[in-house]
Amino acid sequence: MTYIARPKFHHPGLKKNDLGYTHRDYEGKISTLCAGCGHDSITASIIEACYELSIEPHRVAKISGIGCSSKTPDYFLGNSHGFNSVHGRMPSVLTGANLANRDLIYLGVSGDGDSASIGFGQFAHSIRRGVNMTYIVENNGVYGLTKGQFSATADRGSKSKKGVMNTDNAIDLVAIALQLGASFVARSFSGDKTQLVPLIAAAIRHKGASFIDVISPCIAFNNHAGSTKSFDYVREHNDAVNRLDVLTGRDPITVEYAPGTVQVVEQHDGTRLALRKIDADYDASDRLAAMTFLQKHAAKGQVVTGLLYVDPDAEDLHTHLDTVETPLNTLEAKDLCPGTAALEKINASLR
Amino acid sequence: MPDQSPISSVNDFVVRFANVNGSGSASANELFARSILRHGVPVSPRNIFPSNIQGLPTWYEVRVTEAGHLGARGGVDMMVAMNPQTWDKDVASIEPGGYLFYDSTKPMPSSKFRADINVIGVPLTAITNSTYTDPRQRQLFKNIIYLGALCALLDMDPKLVEQLIGEQYKSKEKLLSSNVHALHLGRDWALQNLKCPIGLQVKKSDKVGDRIFIEGNSAAALGAVYGGATVCAWYPITPSSSVAEAFTSHCKKLRHDPETGKAKYAIVQGEDELASIGIVIGASWNGARAFTATSGPGISLMTEFIGLSYFAEIPAVIMNIQRAGPSTGMPTRTQQCDIIACAYASHGDTKHVLLFPEDPAEAFEFAAQSFDLADRLQTMIFLMLDLDIGMNHRLCRPLKWDDARQYDRGKVMTAAMLDEPGRDFGRYLDVDGDGIPYRTYPGTHPTKGSFFTRGTSRDRYARYSEEGAVYADNMQRLVRKFETAQDLVPRPLQANAAKPTKYGVIYFGSTAPAMDEAIGLLEARGHQLDRMRIRAFPFHSSVASFIADHDFVYVVEQNRDAQLRQLIVNENGIDPVRLVPILHYDGTPITARFIANAIGDHQDHLKVTPLRKAVS
Repeated sequence: MTYIARPKFHHPGLKKNDLGYTHRDYEGKISTLCAGCGHDSITASIIEACYELSIEPHRVAKISGIGCSSKTPDYFLGNSHGFNSVHGRMPSVLTGANLANRDLIYLGVSGDGDSASIGFGQFAHSIRRGVNMTYIVENNGVYGLTKGQFSATADRGSKSKKGVMNTDNAIDLVAIALQLGASFVARSFSGDKTQLVPLIAAAIRHKGASFIDVISPCIAFNNHAGSTKSFDYVREHNDAVNRLDVLTGRDPITVEYAPGTVQVVEQHDGTRLALRKIDADYDASDRLAAMTFLQKHAAKGQVVTGLLYVDPDAEDLHTHLDTVETPLNTLEAKDLCPGTAALEKINASLR
Repeated sequence: MPDQSPISSVNDFVVRFANVNGSGSASANELFARSILRHGVPVSPRNIFPSNIQGLPTWYEVRVTEAGHLGARGGVDMMVAMNPQTWDKDVASIEPGGYLFYDSTKPMPSSKFRADINVIGVPLTAITNSTYTDPRQRQLFKNIIYLGALCALLDMDPKLVEQLIGEQYKSKEKLLSSNVHALHLGRDWALQNLKCPIGLQVKKSDKVGDRIFIEGNSAAALGAVYGGATVCAWYPITPSSSVAEAFTSHCKKLRHDPETGKAKYAIVQGEDELASIGIVIGASWNGARAFTATSGPGISLMTEFIGLSYFAEIPAVIMNIQRAGPSTGMPTRTQQCDIIACAYASHGDTKHVLLFPEDPAEAFEFAAQSFDLADRLQTMIFLMLDLDIGMNHRLCRPLKWDDARQYDRGKVMTAAMLDEPGRDFGRYLDVDGDGIPYRTYPGTHPTKGSFFTRGTSRDRYARYSEEGAVYADNMQRLVRKFETAQDLVPRPLQANAAKPTKYGVIYFGSTAPAMDEAIGLLEARGHQLDRMRIRAFPFHSSVASFIADHDFVYVVEQNRDAQLRQLIVNENGIDPVRLVPILHYDGTPITARFIANAIGDHQDHLKVTPLRKAVS
């Protein structure tokens, strides 16, 4: 078989959340991604966040496009419906699903190829419409499944595994999301579960378009000298007090560092990534300030992480469309069909 | 005096208005058509317009037809020539003995007329300028003034026109009175200065009955309301935009919760066609009834998602209002040219269900039915209209609905069903042998019934698989499902000729009214034809039987490559020689005259007297 099912047995003493679910109830199939892939760490963070929030797993709809990142919904929340749609079109499918049933929780999982290139338009429009969703981009700056081409988030001047230099400017999805009016904008690092788990949890709780850009090193194709998303590169740009232990081999990369500091993360290929965690007293309610802050640190070669902006009173697409509270997919003929009497009136008006 | 006797006809003639796009003439011309309808005389109007907003030529043709022929006839009995740009072409199109109505404010040299037509000059600009000072008023009321003059010339009852104006400006007293005033300005001038009525006349009749006058796009949109569509995502494209606009308008009137005032629908104008169909697929996957409306170029953009809908078995409805292609083609001209593109849309092996309504009444019925079919078959359904049905008012039977009708949501497994002892849920299991599996809506059950939807190959339990046998098993089931669809879609309608014949004709969609009329013309030429109107793809088994029962079958369609014929040959393994294509594809609606001539000429060629018989 070309899938790997997870064994069903588990320890009877596993801790349960408020709903009585264990951690295992939030897992999916066994990942077939490369060992050490940052995406698997994000999967673990999603599982952790949903467990902590005591979400009923089956009340989540997980929707993705095409690519390594888009495979991951198969690896969490096995009792949820998933939808691996077409390349770059996750946002429209999610928007439609959300319109059909406003009562479910919508997790959109995408990649940088998926969202910053072919799906850039759909990313933008789902954000500007305020679809109530948690939109996670697992961002590694490279096309993994097709073996190493640059994605649109790859930094100018960075090099591919084959040594080719990227001459195009990078798209910063966080900056775009802020500009488009996302009401929850964050960036994190796949290995920083301490930061990522609460961010995902907060995004799920947020009503409106939540966007999280998660830097997620690609062990196979973007972890080499010349990459700006590798560990070496990050180390080189580090001004932080914290320093990450170098992880080699196929272990996932993890990182912990204090708010307000910069952490240089060395990726599997030795390249480095400079992460700046925003201060605890950072004002996340000021969209303009967030944009300035982001640009200022980007100019220094730093990737800002944390919750950059949130509007706690945000509205969503259903509010804008003024739709009924009852999910549209539960309405029946008696609710929807105007009947013969109305049709006779219409006929009369057409004579 | 013309050298041809003037055409004399009561309730059977064609008037064509030649105007400039953006001059406000469309509403006056439509008022003319409606006025005749109020006389109890059937009309068949067609708007022939350019793909721009202002300044280019536009025509509005009204066929007055007591006999009730609703196809285009061809030829013009009276030309209301208001566009100097197209003057020569307009004058040339008038039938011998016909009438030319023009603005005679500026004298025209006699060379600009024809000797065999009747010229009627009304100084419209002079009348308008002496009454109105505002330039826009002058432009708009000039249209109503020529309408008034036509009332006198065609002997129409002005009260019926006034009544219509009254309905149009119900709560706008000032506009009402000024329009009525303009109407009488034109009528009075004609009565005082011209010989009224002319040979063409409108006399009150009772041939309209309870029929309604509606555009196909509006009827299809209403069908979506009645069929339970709650999500519409669309992207503007001619000639389909008015479907979504009409759906919006119908929903605003019919679909708000009486207690809260909130909408029982969601309409999103997508950023493009890809997003629109993506939204539709997402909503349908999640159990809502959803649709989009588009035209050929939109179908091209949507094909990737259409393939996903087919392979992942997600219900969805696309209303394709066809226009002349390929590429941008002629965006405001009609064709039936997306048959193959829709039947086999997307890469890989696909087959999609197509429905072909003939008029707005069927557009309403098929639109409503398409949501049942999409749910039942868990696949994409194409409602195939074209510009000629979609954007023109058609006289048709009243729309009907059965209040006892329940929506067919297809095979949806509920939480209770999932809990039944021994129940096995596999998303792609063919438990009934009809090729249609059960699905569950997201959120149904805490531990059972969830599955992963994907465009990649998977096994019967929706588990990713690249095994060849698993893939082939799935593809074969999809074929079985398509075979099941044959008996669920609307069946073809068949009518036999008055006398036994070896020849038949197949036609579909907007060709139907012209075909109905053509049968009479062909009979007058001595040709008998059995006929079959195809209403859906996959083809019912009776299509193959019909072809087998005849020596030749003509296939009448409005495209260059005989696309329906290709589909019949391809799907039924029929010898192509036995299907004779009758093709009309210049962007104008097919006419009875064209069909009758094309089939009649072919039939005449078949009448060969054997040599030995001739010699003996």
